[in-house]
Amino acid sequence: MALPAYTTRVERIWHYAFNVICGLIFFFLIAPIVVIIPLSFNAEPYFTFTKEMLSFNPEGYSMRWYDALLGSSEWMGSIRNSFIIAISSTIIATALGTVAALGLNRPNMPARALITAILISPMIVPLIITAAALFSFFARVGLSNTFPGIILSHVVLGTPFVVLTVTASLAGFNETLIRASQSLGANQTRTFFKVILPLLLPGVISGALFAFVTSLDEVVIVNFMAGPAQTPMTVRMFSGLREEISPTILALASLLVALSILLLTTLELIRRRNERLRGMSPG
Amino acid sequence: MASRERAPKQELLAADGTPLKAALRRSQTVERRRAFMLVAPLLFFLLIVFVVPIIAMMWRSVYNPEIRNYLPQTAAALQDWEGQDVPPEPVFQAMAADMIVGVENRTIGRAAARINREIPGARSTVMRTARQVDEWSAPYREKFIEADEDWTNIEFWRILKRESRVVTPTYYLLAVDYEYSSEGEIVPRSEVYQVYKQLFWRTAWMSVFITALCVMLAYPISYMLATQPTRIANLLLILVLLPFWTSLLVRTSAWIVLLQQQGVINELLVALNIIDETGRLRMIYNRTGTIVAMTHILLPFMVLPLYSVMKTIPPSYLRAAKSLGAHPFRAWWRVYFPLTIPGLAAGCILVFILAIGYYITPALVGGDSGIFISNLIAQNMQGSSAQLKLAAALATILLVAVLFIYWLFNRLVGVDKLKFG
Repeated sequence: MALPAYTTRVERIWHYAFNVICGLIFFFLIAPIVVIIPLSFNAEPYFTFTKEMLSFNPEGYSMRWYDALLGSSEWMGSIRNSFIIAISSTIIATALGTVAALGLNRPNMPARALITAILISPMIVPLIITAAALFSFFARVGLSNTFPGIILSHVVLGTPFVVLTVTASLAGFNETLIRASQSLGANQTRTFFKVILPLLLPGVISGALFAFVTSLDEVVIVNFMAGPAQTPMTVRMFSGLREEISPTILALASLLVALSILLLTTLELIRRRNERLRGMSPG
Repeated sequence: MASRERAPKQELLAADGTPLKAALRRSQTVERRRAFMLVAPLLFFLLIVFVVPIIAMMWRSVYNPEIRNYLPQTAAALQDWEGQDVPPEPVFQAMAADMIVGVENRTIGRAAARINREIPGARSTVMRTARQVDEWSAPYREKFIEADEDWTNIEFWRILKRESRVVTPTYYLLAVDYEYSSEGEIVPRSEVYQVYKQLFWRTAWMSVFITALCVMLAYPISYMLATQPTRIANLLLILVLLPFWTSLLVRTSAWIVLLQQQGVINELLVALNIIDETGRLRMIYNRTGTIVAMTHILLPFMVLPLYSVMKTIPPSYLRAAKSLGAHPFRAWWRVYFPLTIPGLAAGCILVFILAIGYYITPALVGGDSGIFISNLIAQNMQGSSAQLKLAAALATILLVAVLFIYWLFNRLVGVDKLKFG
């Protein structure tokens, strides 16, 4: 934002002050996430920078918390549980949500507003309420402390994101493409797989990523629903943060930050591909 | 021309000879059914695994069947009792009959436990009498009173009558710090037990405060994102999206690392001689901790809708206002700000709804003074069956509040305007 020549001095000062303020806010957003990464390499069991770390003495740094994390069968088991739950619930949520979004966006959908509200509601209802309701319900039908119970509850949480993202990608959908495909002799199935799905795919994938992250990150429901055999990493982290805090948690947290960078990159690539496909300039 | 006018009005026909209207209606019905069939799997799944459990939870918060189930005849006989004097013989007769059945079915213990919850110590009275009652014969009243003085206690009978209602507001009263007095009137609970009303208020004002902080922090950076050239804006956007995609627990643990007394910020301040060793700031396990961490966590939910609205506002509007002589502030306030209101409303309601139901972060960094109503719902969920019902009542109140805001949001902004990433 180069300043034009006619700006007054007050405007100039305000302009720089504004940039400094924004810089501080961006710092507030990103610093907490950045700070845990070096701390996870701490050689001492502290949550702060030691003198050795600050003077970049290699002895201040170590991989011991990563070794502790990767060497612990409890942590590794819970990470495995998390991925079992997240992957299965994502697959179910994506399938259900995509199909529902396709129906919801048909011109003849009856009671669209009401049904949309119901489909989105799991995102709005506070997690603790969903947990309270599902806790008793699953206890009654014998699904508490089981993987299917946890997976089903995560499907509930994940579907609104899939419905929203697929709906968003349907909004820019050019209906004539379907007619074009059909006039060229493709039947409905072929049209769906060759024309509709490739255009929807970005929406479906970002919805699936949302559902995946939601499940991987979820603590409240699993905290009530998971027995010792299903304990996911979030519950272990949660109780770890409440009781004895060990930098092992920071090692796991750093790995999770790496995972979110990966997800963010994937989404950005999808977005660019999407814009290219629709004939817009890649940003 | 003339012949056409004279021709009888003929209905338009579709290709197969049926009237066009009917054919159209049929095809629309088919289309509608097809659309619904696509939505049906998810809709029914959510109805069964989400809506029904929530309704069941709401029902549980008022459902009070124990006395009615375990002492049915007594409950019926008490309906005619005015509550002034020791009940008449028919009530005792019904109680005796219920007790005999109860001993046979081994349900009397549960009934006694339920009464004991209302009147501590009543269990032994009930159990002792129940063991003797099959040896007695009518009239029962004197024999009951002979066996245990407590049967003349009018309060006991009043409570029994009150609790024989299948639908009870008891747990809602508890949820807002009221209870039944021994006279059956609704009175505030003694101050020691008054926690919930205070926590509802705290949850509300802290959520408002956090939302306001989010507005103050999100507005400038959204503006910056919207006015920078795309390349720079995309880079800066990463600084918003990375926290957004990072696990909630990771962000909360980051704040524990930063804020605790041996944490990074305190160490830094001590190293810079701004505070000394004894003056380390308490920034966590209290209200400050909750507010700071939650503002950080919810900030992206404010930035993203604001940014997407600001991106659509042409910068020439502001320039036009200024060139027409408006002071920069006036130009911003009269031209730019009103255009950002849709994004602001979406962000505010989103952040407020998320904040009001927060559980994890207050539980980890809130200490005692920074916890929310959700934390008490969670606490009560791990307790006895009465506490479970209280949890259901608290959850229902919270849910009604959230649904009201959601409804308002839908009316004002529209839920389909929500965008992510």
